[in-house]
Amino acid sequence: MGKGRGESLLVETGYSMQFSQILQYLLSGLSIGAIYALIGVGFSIIYNATGIINFAQGEFVMLGGMLTLFFLEMLKFPLWLAIPCAIAASTAAGILFERLAIRPLRRPTPINLVILTIGGSILIRGLAMLVWGKDTHAIPSFSGDEPISIGGATILPQHLWILGVTLLMVSVNKFYFNRTISGKAMRACAYNRRAASLVGIDVRRMVMLSFAISSAMGAVAGIIVAPLTMVAYDVGGMLGLKGFCAAIVGGMSSGIPTVMGGLILGVLESMGAGLISSGYKDAIAFIVLLLLLFLRPQGLFGKPESERV
Amino acid sequence: MLEVSGVSQLFGGVIALDRVSFTIAKGDITGVIGPNGAGKTTLFNIITGIYTRTAGKVVLEGTDVSGLPPERLARLGLVRTFQNIELFGGMTVHENVMVGMHTKSSSGLLACALKMPWSVAEERRIRDNSLKWLDFTGISDLAETTAANLPFGQGRLLEIARALAVEPRVILMDEPAAGLNNQETLALSRLIERIRATGITVVLVEHDMELVMEICDRIVVLNLGKKLAEGTPRETQDNPEVIAAYLGEDE
Repeated sequence: MGKGRGESLLVETGYSMQFSQILQYLLSGLSIGAIYALIGVGFSIIYNATGIINFAQGEFVMLGGMLTLFFLEMLKFPLWLAIPCAIAASTAAGILFERLAIRPLRRPTPINLVILTIGGSILIRGLAMLVWGKDTHAIPSFSGDEPISIGGATILPQHLWILGVTLLMVSVNKFYFNRTISGKAMRACAYNRRAASLVGIDVRRMVMLSFAISSAMGAVAGIIVAPLTMVAYDVGGMLGLKGFCAAIVGGMSSGIPTVMGGLILGVLESMGAGLISSGYKDAIAFIVLLLLLFLRPQGLFGKPESERV
Repeated sequence: MLEVSGVSQLFGGVIALDRVSFTIAKGDITGVIGPNGAGKTTLFNIITGIYTRTAGKVVLEGTDVSGLPPERLARLGLVRTFQNIELFGGMTVHENVMVGMHTKSSSGLLACALKMPWSVAEERRIRDNSLKWLDFTGISDLAETTAANLPFGQGRLLEIARALAVEPRVILMDEPAAGLNNQETLALSRLIERIRATGITVVLVEHDMELVMEICDRIVVLNLGKKLAEGTPRETQDNPEVIAAYLGEDE
């Protein structure tokens, strides 16, 4: 990624250099932002169906990457097979989490649920460390590492994969929620659980489904980002928090606002790291989060009490 | 059709319902009336699975359905509407009714996404069917309106349309006329009669006596958690105990 440092360099080489640097930051910001978006949408789906902020969301991102590695290295699967297996296994883990940790709670209060999902996240992380160790691993890129040059900036084929897969996931999601009866039923649970159960919707099944969908989305995010950032047992925490920021920026919508939130966050981070200092990279996301929670808790795009999902 | 036997409900030490029993005949419009606090809404909540009863049995066409959750009851053909209408606010009127047909859908996401012939046919069937129910309740011109923006009266009609889309055998309505003006109430009573004409059994809790006396075939009167009387509108109107309960205690 871009190493645009030193103003003197910018002054010497003039405008075109500066432009290509900015473009570079923009492109890498968009691709990391797409990852935040996917994770954020995962947060929102569960929140909308159940009112739970699932702080274990980041762990499913980690599981996606680690399980892909497991299927590749241990079971010697080819990449095209390892990926769907890893997604399926992470989804199963998400369903298991809901069944074993969330569902048994009778009359859960928000604070119970927060503690529970944080506890779940620590547990999953600990198990991953025990099973796979503390080493950082790399997953091969999906289609080579030949850089592609765009207007003076360079990106890797994996960046295109990230943008493409995110676009696909978000479209499938939108299609599901707006066009299928099952998706409408899940939205119905978000709007009014009581009325939903009265028209024959099994709310508990919908809750489980929301965990399945969002752990699958988390796993996909973890898999497509792993070739760029490497994967280890503890990548879930930070990625999860960034995804949470994206969801907050998007007002917990599982549609375009959260995707925009993720992209804005990614670009801000990448610009901040490049133009100010890479030391502030993570701080930027949390400054954005705090400002939004203080000033616009309904999200950047939402009206107060706007529609969700 | 629907049989309630010995249903009791305790809230702490308060007896909200005390061994209430009655039978509702298929195709009837039955009114459940009584002064405030008589236990009408509690009874409805028990029949529709929102509260779990303390004692007693609810039998729907020979099947014991006591204690089943609302979504199972809906699948068995028992639905209800609420006094404070409960809609899916952010969805359109049409979508609200389509969700009501959720139980009748079988296509998965993949089949929908790939536009498989059976899923396309199913979606068309659901769309057409839900429009049919919007027509039936007279709000099809509002199909694309967001449900949260509906005036109260039309919200109630939408709730009824959504309940009908479940294709129930029995529909329970909790004070359907509450908050409606005279004209809307008149239209509502015509609607309830048309619902009955399609073969659906109707049970309603209602305070509007004119409405109850006009459209109900039978009336069950509750007072202080007990069944006070049961019979045709005429019989209950002339029942001295009922008159005493209404004039002596309330209103």
